[in-house]
Amino acid sequence: MTALLLRRSASLFLTLLAVSGLIFLVMQVLPGDPAAIMLGTSASADTLAALRQELGLDQPMLVRYLQWIGGLASGDLGTSITYGVPVAGLIGERLAVTLPLAFIAILLSVAIALPLGVLSAAKRNGPVDYIAGFVSQLFIAVPGFWVGLLLALVFAVKLGVMPSGGFPGWQAGFGPALQALVLPAIALALQQAGVLTRVTRSAVAEVLGEDFVRTARAKGLPKRVTLWRHAVRNALVPVVTILGLQFTFLIAGAVLIENVFNLPGLGRLAYQALTQRDLVVMQDVVMFFAGLVILVNFLVDMSYLILDPRLREASR
Amino acid sequence: MSAPDLPHAPAARQRPPLRPNLVIGGAIVLFLFSVALLSLVWTPLPPTKMQIVMKLKAPLEKGLFGTDHLGRDIASMLMAGAWNSLSIAVSAVLLGAAAGTALGVTAAARRGLFEAISMRANDVIFAFPPVLSAMMLGALLGTGRGTAIIAIAVFMVPVFARITAGAAAQVWARDYVLAAMSAGKGRALITVEHVLPNIANQIIVQVAIQLGLAILTEAGLSFLGLGMAPPAPTWGRMLADSQTYLGTAPWLALMPGLAIALTVFGFNMLGDGLRDLLDPREKGRS
Repeated sequence: MTALLLRRSASLFLTLLAVSGLIFLVMQVLPGDPAAIMLGTSASADTLAALRQELGLDQPMLVRYLQWIGGLASGDLGTSITYGVPVAGLIGERLAVTLPLAFIAILLSVAIALPLGVLSAAKRNGPVDYIAGFVSQLFIAVPGFWVGLLLALVFAVKLGVMPSGGFPGWQAGFGPALQALVLPAIALALQQAGVLTRVTRSAVAEVLGEDFVRTARAKGLPKRVTLWRHAVRNALVPVVTILGLQFTFLIAGAVLIENVFNLPGLGRLAYQALTQRDLVVMQDVVMFFAGLVILVNFLVDMSYLILDPRLREASR
Repeated sequence: MSAPDLPHAPAARQRPPLRPNLVIGGAIVLFLFSVALLSLVWTPLPPTKMQIVMKLKAPLEKGLFGTDHLGRDIASMLMAGAWNSLSIAVSAVLLGAAAGTALGVTAAARRGLFEAISMRANDVIFAFPPVLSAMMLGALLGTGRGTAIIAIAVFMVPVFARITAGAAAQVWARDYVLAAMSAGKGRALITVEHVLPNIANQIIVQVAIQLGLAILTEAGLSFLGLGMAPPAPTWGRMLADSQTYLGTAPWLALMPGLAIALTVFGFNMLGDGLRDLLDPREKGRS
C-alpha cells in the first residue's frame, strides 16, 4: 500500500513537471519574445527592453524555467503586469469564488444524478427510465452558459428575485455571497448531472445483473436494501471515475459561466489576462487549472483503494 | 457487422428493427448539414448586412426570427452560423481522430516505452480543456477559425488515442493476428490490414459523440470571443451579444442556444444509435 502510494505520487510529480514544461514551452519559448507579445507592435524599444529586464528574459531559457517552477513550489508566482500585484495573491482571491462555485455545482449534479440514475437502473425500460434518459440527454446537449443566460433572464431580469451577476464578496456576508453563486452553480451543474446520470444508470444496471445481488435477493433482503447497499455501493467506482474525468469540463464550464455572471473567479481572471495579454498571469492560471485537474484525477485514483478493497489487493 | 448470436442471449434482448435514436439523430444531423450547405449559396438576407433602422425587431415582425442590435436578420445569421460551427467541429474532430488513432494503434503495435510515454503524454494533454488551450494559443497567435480548430483537435487526440489503443490491444491478442505474424507480416501491415478494419466501428461511433462535444466547445469559444472573428456570425457570439439586450430583446438569447442544443442532441443521438448498430458489446453503456 505504501509502495503503491509512493509510486503513484512519483508519477503525479512527473506529470505535473511535464505539464509545467509544456506550458512554459507554449507561453515562453514558442512566441520568441513574450515581451513583444505583451506590449503589442506599437511599443517603443525602451519599454520593450524594460519589460524584458523585468521578466528576466535576458537569462537563459533553462534558468527561467527553473526559476518559474521553483517559484511555483514556494508560492511565488511572479508579479502581474496589469495589476502590479503578486499573482499568487490574485489567484488566492479568485479561488474564493471559483472553488465554492465548483463545489456547489458538483454537489448539485450528484444530488440530481445519483437518484435519477439509480431509479432508472432499478426500473429499466420503464417510463421513469425513458424520461430520465431523455432529461439527461437534454442536460448534456444544452450549453451551460446558455442555461446561465436563460436563468439570469428569468430569475434576475423578469422576476428580479436573484442577482443577475457580480459577486458581493464573502465579507458581505454568507447569504448574499451564496445567493450570487446559486444560478451560476445550477448552470454549471446540469451538464455534469446529465453525464453522471447515464454513467450511474449503466453502472448500477451492470451490478444488478451480478450473482451476489441475486444471492442477496434470494436470502430475503428487500429490493431497496439490495439496490442501495449492494448495487449502488459497487457501482460507485465508475461513477467516481467519471466525476474525476469530468472535472476538466467543469473547469472549462466555470471559465464560461464566470464570464456570463461576471463573477470575479479564476476563469474570469484567465479571460482578462488574455484580453490584456498578461502572459505572467495567464501562464500561472493555466498551470494552476491543469495542476488541479491532474491532482483531482490522482485523488480519484486513490479513492478507488478506499471504495474497492479488491483493488488494494490487486495493486500490491 | 451484425450482432453475434450468443447462445445464452435471451429473446428479449434482440434489438427492435427500428432504432429511434439513430433515425432521430440522423435526421437532425442531416437537416443541420443541409442548412449549413444551403447557407453557402442562399440565406433570406445577407447574414452580415446591417440595417440599424430595423434593429431589435421581434420574430416575424421582421424576418422569421427577428433582428439583432445591428438590424441583422437572425434567421440568416443562424444559417451561416450552422456552417461556421459545423465546419470547425468537423475539421477539429477529424484532425483529432486521425492523430489520436495513429497514436493509439502505434502504441498498441509497439508496446513498451513508446506506449508508456504516449499514454502519459495523453494524461498531460487531457489536463488542458480546449478553453484553456484556446486562450493560450489565442494570446500568441490571435483568435480565429484556425486557433479554435487546433484547440479542440488537440483535446480530441488523447480521447481517440485511449479508445483506439485499448481496442487495438484486443485485436492484437487474437489468433488471426498471431497467424499473420507467423506468416511474416510486419506490425505496420497488420495494423492496416487487421487492426484498423476491426476497430473502425468504434472510431466512427466516437467521432459522432465527440462531434457533439466539439460543437459545444466551439460555441463556448466563440461566446468568449475566442472563435471566428467578427463579422462572421457564430451561434456563440450571437449569445454573447444577446446578453446586453436580455431585458429588451430576450428572443435574441433563445434561438442560437436552441440551435446549439439541437445540434449536440442530434450528434449524441446519432452516436448512441450508431453504437447500438455497430458496436453491440458496448450497448447501453454511456
